Formats: sequence, structure tokens, C-alpha cells
Amino acid sequence: MNNESIIFYILSAVLLVSGVLAVTGRRILRAAVFLLFALSSIAALYFLLGFFFLAAVQIIVYIGGIVVLIIFSILLTHHIEHRLKKPSLNKMLMSALGTMVGAGACLLTIWNHPFPEASNVEPITTMDNIGTKMLGFGEGGYVLPFELISVLLLTAMIAVIVIAKRKENLPS
Amino acid sequence: MIEAIPLTHWLTLSTLLFFIGVYGFLTRSNLITILISIELILNAVNINLLAFNKYLYPEALEGHFFSLFVIAVAASEAAVAVAIFINLYRNINTVEVEEVNKMKY
Repeated sequence: MNNESIIFYILSAVLLVSGVLAVTGRRILRAAVFLLFALSSIAALYFLLGFFFLAAVQIIVYIGGIVVLIIFSILLTHHIEHRLKKPSLNKMLMSALGTMVGAGACLLTIWNHPFPEASNVEPITTMDNIGTKMLGFGEGGYVLPFELISVLLLTAMIAVIVIAKRKENLPS
Repeated sequence: MIEAIPLTHWLTLSTLLFFIGVYGFLTRSNLITILISIELILNAVNINLLAFNKYLYPEALEGHFFSLFVIAVAASEAAVAVAIFINLYRNINTVEVEEVNKMKY
């Protein structure tokens, strides 16, 4: 047990516990706050893996953007003390059974599959490499998906404005 | 070193998180909490992609870019979903799944 393993297991425990509380909690605002904890521990796991740029993106986009958006929508549509109603016992049991079967199948496959782990090589996740690959035209370049994502973001922005715009009151 | 943690532990973590999200998706009856479950599912997939990238192909950046694209798609999806929720609330005054059976403009 070295330091990285201990940090990994602590972060995993925090992540799983806050994930469970985010999907089972009765209070809707607390569910959103537990989602924030889960996303923060995921960002810490990215730092542990050595993907520093992606961890920064996770903090900026998820924690600074999506969680704030979700909390705003909760505050706009619910009372702050709102309690969700309990799902029926039958629904809970059937969902738990289905997810356990799925998780069991996946875990069995994962633990029985021999993964050919690569030998240690120099990490290439520097900003220089990321930028060159992301906007590269040649082998392994990602300029086309990059442009597609920019178009997708523009489309989403226009769609959000159109959907959320208050319609003019027609004169009666 | 990071190599002290086996790859299977990362994959186990992401599998458990994914199915926690699926459980929430199946049991919740409020649109906003369903959105929270979807975010958990997408993040579990991201952990998976990055663990494969780091352990199996450390000389490539494919998992990194796929995770970036997943984050971008998730951000736009969350924005559109929240706009739809606000509009629904304005029209029918609820965001419970049982009540939402009309997409009438």
C-alpha cells in the first residue's frame, strides 16, 4: 500500500457513497450537492491518473457549470425544502435486481479478462501534445470532431434561447 | 506510483458508478434527479476511457479526447434539458415524470 493506492481507495469510497446518496436522497437540493461531491472526487481521480488538463476541464465545466445550472433549475422549480416522494417498493426492488445483474455481468467480465498492460512510457499529456493532436489534420488528428463539437455547442445555445424565451402575450 | 493500482480496480469503480446512475435513472420520478443520474453515468464512462488510455495505450491521447467530447456533449445536453424543464414548469407547473405526457407547443 503506497500513497497513491490509499488516496485512490479513499476517493473511490467518497465517490461511491456520494453517488449513492445523490440517487437515493429524499431532499432534492442535497442530491445536487452530493452530485457536486461525486464530481469533485472524479476530478481528483483525473489528477491522480495524470490527466491535468482534463481534471481542470472537469472542474470548470461540471462543477462550475452543470452543477450550478442544476441547482438553479431546482431553485426555480421547487421549494428549497422539497422532499421527493418515495418510489414504490416494487419499483425499487426490480431496479436493484436489474442493476445488480448488469453490474455482476460486467464485473465478472472485467475480472476474468487479461488486460495487456503497457510498459511504463513517458506521459504525453502535456498541453503542447494535446493542442497539436486536437487541431491536427494528419494521422490521429482530431480537427473534424473538434469542429463538429463547436457546431453542436452553437446549436445547443440557439436551441436553449429559443426554448426558454418567454413568449409575447398576444393581445386579447 | 500509479501502477500499484491495478486496472481492474478502476474498471470496477466505473462499473459500480455506472450502475448507481442506472439505478437512479430507473427509480427517480423527477426530471431534475433523472438528469443528475445521467451525469453520473456519463462520468463513469469518462473514468473508464481515461483508465484504458493510461494503462493500455499511454502513448496515445484517444481516451483523453473522447472524454473531452463527452464532457462537451454532456454540457450542451444539460443546458437544453434545463431549458426544457423551465419551460415545462412555466406551462404545466410541475417537473414530475408522471405529469409530463404532452409536448404540445
